[in-house]
Amino acid sequence: MKKLLNTLYITRQESYLHKDRETIVIKQGDEKLGQFPALSLGGILCFGRVSVSPFLMGYCAENGISIAFYTEYGRFLARVHGRQTGNVLLRRTQYRWADCSDRSKEIARLFVAAKIANSRSVLLRELRNHGDNPRLTTAADRLASSLRRARTAKSVDEVRGIEGDAASCYFSVFDELLRGSGFAFGGRVRRPPTDPINALLSFIYSLVTQECVSALQGVGLDPYVGFLHRDRPGRASLALDLLEEFRASWADRFVLTLVNRRQIQSGDFVTEASGAVRLQEDARKKLLTLYQQRKQEELTHPYLQEQLPIGLLPHSQALLLARHLRGDTECYTPYVVK
Amino acid sequence: MLVLVTYDVSVTTAEGRRRLRNIAKICLDYGVRVQNSVFECEVDPAQFTFLKNRLLETYESDEDSLRFYSLGKRGRQRVEHFGAKQVEDPLRDALIL
Repeated sequence: MKKLLNTLYITRQESYLHKDRETIVIKQGDEKLGQFPALSLGGILCFGRVSVSPFLMGYCAENGISIAFYTEYGRFLARVHGRQTGNVLLRRTQYRWADCSDRSKEIARLFVAAKIANSRSVLLRELRNHGDNPRLTTAADRLASSLRRARTAKSVDEVRGIEGDAASCYFSVFDELLRGSGFAFGGRVRRPPTDPINALLSFIYSLVTQECVSALQGVGLDPYVGFLHRDRPGRASLALDLLEEFRASWADRFVLTLVNRRQIQSGDFVTEASGAVRLQEDARKKLLTLYQQRKQEELTHPYLQEQLPIGLLPHSQALLLARHLRGDTECYTPYVVK
Repeated sequence: MLVLVTYDVSVTTAEGRRRLRNIAKICLDYGVRVQNSVFECEVDPAQFTFLKNRLLETYESDEDSLRFYSLGKRGRQRVEHFGAKQVEDPLRDALIL
């Protein structure tokens, strides 16, 4: 498995990134904030007013370092990537399969099944650790039946329906998992999130999505053509498909850990006039530090039986998907927590 | 693998000072400066070959010396640091600016 490269997060406003020989230099005015060798970086994430020299962009595109731009509040804006890598035949297959409803259904079903199974694991883990809770038990049972229905789904639309059902069932009991004081969760709210938990979830989902995009591009797949998500301009559908496997096991569990260990507290958020809730600057830094640490935690991949850091999971799954599209494997094996 | 690169460059001449600067720059491309003429570079074998070749092209064998210490894959664990000037590990530390 490839080396997990580091990610550089730039949250300092008015900073400027440029290339010096083979290193990336971060400056604010005339003050040099840091200098890092490019070969240790896999991606650069810029939040807010950060400028990047065109020369550095070109260099990064050529060397497979992804650059993504976010607003100061973490909403994704744009990314820079170089020439399309990988095999055109693989992408052709991907497009053909995406157009074929039967093939799409098969893969979409697996993404959704993994998502439901992983959501259910989150609930079961809570039950195991904190004793009986009738609401959670009922929800876990409902997820189990969704899982059974996903097995026999006849069309992609049916799969989407099952997914929607399961997600609303899961989020309806999500507040039971929160132990931190001062947090309430009534249900998933997006664009914009109107409470701290939704703000955290949206932020982490958007970070993991970008990792999925990079991973898919890295193995030569087109992140914009998905099986479960419909094509829409500007939407990385396949990355969102892949994200489904990681939502519960990676993002949701991470948010729960943050809140329940009181690493993030209700004072770390501000509510804007529009009702949108966002993280404050220093809390975002803390969050990114913890996220980066989480990515380095190692686990044994349940299918590959290989020890790998969490940060490489999108890569390993993209690889398995590419293998399936090439016809090397009978079916795709989604990431399901043991 | 982690490689420690140290050097001594003769700076009695202007040419020597130029070499010193160049060698430092090459090392910066691959790793971080931990002390004045000591660099820690986390590289794979291919990158290490490039690094070594570039340094060997630059240095002057009669006047300067170069030393490479290969600390292996778990090299990071064999390093202890005391005192001032803590350096960041560009591969593992959270790089948030």
